[in-house]
Amino acid sequence: MHELSIASAIVATAEKHAGGSAVSAVSVRAGRLRQVVPESLEFYWGIVTRGTVCDGARLELEVVPAVLACADCGHEWALGEPNFRCPACGETDVAVVSGQQLEVESIEIEEEEACIGSM
Amino acid sequence: MHRKHVKVLEDVLDANGTIAAANRSDFDRAGVTVVNLMSAPGAGKTTLLERTLRGLEGVRVGVLEGDVQSTLDADRIAHLHVPVIQINTDPGFGGECHLDANMVRSALPSLPLEQLDLLVIENVGNLVCPAEFRIGEDHRVMVSSVAEGEDKPLKYPLMFRACDLVIINKIDLLPHLDFDLDRYLSNLDAVHPGVERLLVSAKTGEGTDDLRDWLLRSATREAAPA
Repeated sequence: MHELSIASAIVATAEKHAGGSAVSAVSVRAGRLRQVVPESLEFYWGIVTRGTVCDGARLELEVVPAVLACADCGHEWALGEPNFRCPACGETDVAVVSGQQLEVESIEIEEEEACIGSM
Repeated sequence: MHRKHVKVLEDVLDANGTIAAANRSDFDRAGVTVVNLMSAPGAGKTTLLERTLRGLEGVRVGVLEGDVQSTLDADRIAHLHVPVIQINTDPGFGGECHLDANMVRSALPSLPLEQLDLLVIENVGNLVCPAEFRIGEDHRVMVSSVAEGEDKPLKYPLMFRACDLVIINKIDLLPHLDFDLDRYLSNLDAVHPGVERLLVSAKTGEGTDDLRDWLLRSATREAAPA
């Protein structure tokens, strides 16, 4: 449901870094904990890119698994079910190692070849 | 024409975060504590505010109402004779399903921030999107009604993990529902271990004293000089 706003924000971020060039691809990393639905993001991507520098650009989405670490016993685990208690010792003081990010990793832009040594 | 790879490594919601920080600095300057109140549609946010803001002695409260359409909620709050502003999100794609930092920022000039101790921002009813967008708030509070079922923390972990306080509303309905409160609390603790929680009924008023105390503590703590 938040994918529409996220798609718009991705376009804005790409535009900022494209320096006026057309964008042919955008790589995005979305942590599992952000609850981004890939199909939904792809759907809105097709709509919000129309008429922007990202028109026709590929969206490459990498969903990053959620990994947690227990501050108490140091155990690290990949989160399956939403259970934020340490499965090893039962403590609740856990840190999110990854899976919380939502970032534009890179973009691919199309540049005119510089004209060198023309007659 | 050739293709060039450009490293970006920027948070997608960076622009929202920047505006949220500007809101926050305005709130701090005015000495007002801001609560972002979130829930599913129909969990009872507005009724809870009507019940709780009455009798909140010694605290000057303002309310910012966020809805896709209508001024129904703002009209209800206006009866409490507190400053209230309604934001409608409908100019977007069929109406945005959450408030973002910029929508809140655009409403700030209409609010007498300097004359407030506490500003409650009632977000659009939705259990996903509002959790994603910071608006410059001090506290994120959610209302979760027992009529929604005990599985909701497991289904919407983003929201349940984002908040500092969970208000469990409509407890007057418990005798009529197949709702296992212990199982709900155990689900809540699985998703956000130890998060502060209050059991209330906006209808009967049960537990709303505790919510008033929580709001009073928040409003006065933030106003104290650092």
